[in-house]
Amino acid sequence: MNQTTVLRIERLCKTFGTHEVLRDVIFDLYKSDVVCLIGSSGSGKSTLLRCLNFLEDATSGSIFFWGEEVSRHQVNLAEYRAKVGMVFQNFNLFDHLNVMKNCTLAMQKVQKLGREEAEERARFYLNKVEMLPFINAKPHQLSGGQKQRVAIARALAMEPEVLLFDEPTSALDPQMVNEVLEVMRSLADEGMTMLIATHEMMFARDVSTRVIFLDEGRILEEGPPEEIFNCPKHERTREFLHGMRILS
Amino acid sequence: MTWSRYKSFYLIGARNTLVISFVSTLIGCVIGFAVGIVQAIPDDDSASKLKRIPLKVFKAILRGYVELFRGTPMIVQAVFIYYGMRMAFGIHMEMWTAAFIIVSINTGAYMAETVRGGILSIDRGQEEGSYALGMTYYQTMLYVILPQTFRNIIPQIGNNLIINIKDTSVLSVISITDLFFVHKSVSGSLYNYFESATIVMAIYLLMTLGASWLLRKLEKKIDGKKHYDLSTTDTLAHTSGLVRYERQSKE
Repeated sequence: MNQTTVLRIERLCKTFGTHEVLRDVIFDLYKSDVVCLIGSSGSGKSTLLRCLNFLEDATSGSIFFWGEEVSRHQVNLAEYRAKVGMVFQNFNLFDHLNVMKNCTLAMQKVQKLGREEAEERARFYLNKVEMLPFINAKPHQLSGGQKQRVAIARALAMEPEVLLFDEPTSALDPQMVNEVLEVMRSLADEGMTMLIATHEMMFARDVSTRVIFLDEGRILEEGPPEEIFNCPKHERTREFLHGMRILS
Repeated sequence: MTWSRYKSFYLIGARNTLVISFVSTLIGCVIGFAVGIVQAIPDDDSASKLKRIPLKVFKAILRGYVELFRGTPMIVQAVFIYYGMRMAFGIHMEMWTAAFIIVSINTGAYMAETVRGGILSIDRGQEEGSYALGMTYYQTMLYVILPQTFRNIIPQIGNNLIINIKDTSVLSVISITDLFFVHKSVSGSLYNYFESATIVMAIYLLMTLGASWLLRKLEKKIDGKKHYDLSTTDTLAHTSGLVRYERQSKE
C-alpha cells in the first residue's frame, strides 16, 4: 500500500472481567479512508471506537497515530483527542449550553482560540451542517437529527484529522437518519478520514472505501464494500447480512 | 399592641436571622461544593498506589466532617463551640463569629452530600462528550459538570436556606438576638405568648416564602428563555452565501 497510515491498531484486546470484548484487533486507517465497522450488537464496534479515543483503556495492544504510539499516559491526551474527533450515538451535547457555545467551548479551552475566532469557525461548520440559524437554541429544543448535526459540527470545529462515529444514527427517528447521513456523505466526499460504526448497510455500501465485519470482538472479514456485501467469504458474515436483509 | 410597641425589636431580630441564614447558606454552599467536588473525584486505579493514598486520606477526613456535623444537633454544636471551647481552651470567640461558623459548617456538611449526588447524577455522556473534545478532567468539571450540577441542586439550596432561617432560632442559646430571642425576651416579660408567637410565626413564614420565591427566580434566570430565536438577518446573510468564509486566509 502506498497510502499514508493515519491510525494503526495493533493487536488490541479489551476484556471486561472475564468477558472478552475485543480480541486481537488489527487494522490500519489510511488518509481519506472511510471505513465502516459492521457487526451485530455486542460485537465490539463501540468498544473499539471508545478504545481509540481512550474513553476505555484497552487491556493490551497498541495504537499508533501518524506512526507514533499513543497511550493514555505518554502522549498529550488532550491534543490527541482534539485530533481524533468523536461523534456519539446519544449526541452528548452539553445540555446547559446553546448550540454556539457547545461548539466554541473546547476551541477556547483546549485550542486556546479567542472568542471571535472560535465563533467564526463554529459558524463555518454549523453552516456546513445547515444548523447556523439555530445557534441560540439549547440542545433540548432541537430534534435528534438536528442535535447530531450540531454534534458533528462541534467535532469538525476542532479540525480533527480523523473522525470516529459511534452509531451516529441509531438513536434517531427514521426520517432524521438521512439528514445526518447526507452530512457524513459530504464529509467523505471532501476526503475526511472516518471510522464509522453503523447499522446503515446501504450507507456503508455506498460511501465506505472499506468495510470491516466484527464478530465477537474479532475482525472476521475486511475488504471493499462490493466484496463484503456481494460475496462475503464467511458464513457468519453471510448470516449477518442476511439478517440485515442485504443478502437474500 | 405587642407589635406596635415592640416592632423595632422584632424587625431587628428578623434582620439578624436573615443575615445569619443568608450569609451562612452562601458560605455553606462554598464549603459544600469544595467538599463535594473532592468526594466525587474518581479513584484512578491506573495511577500508582502512592499517588492515591493522599486523596484517600483527604476524602476520609472530609467524610468524617460530614458525618460529625450532620449527625449532631446544631444546638449542641453551638454550645460546644461557643461555651465549650472557651472553658476548655480559653478560646474567646465573638458571639457573631461563632454563629456564622456554626451555621456555615452545618450547611456545608449537608451541601457536600447534595453536591456529590448532583455531580453523580449528571449523565456520563456529558463527561465523555467533553473528554472526546480534548478537555481535561478539571475543565470538564468546571465548564460542563458543575454548571449543570448547580442548576439541578438549586431546589436543595433553597431547602437549606429555609431550614437555616428557621433553625437559627437555636442560636438563642448563645444569646444571638435573632427573631426567636426577641420573642423570648418580649414574651418573658409580658407573658403575651400568644400574640408574640403569632407575630414571630408570621415573620418566619414571610421570610421563608420570600426565600423560596427568590430561589425560583434564580432557577428561571439560569434556565434562560423558553424559546430561542432563529438567527435572522445577520446569519441569513451567512447562509445565503452573501458572506464568504475564507477559512485559510489567516494562515
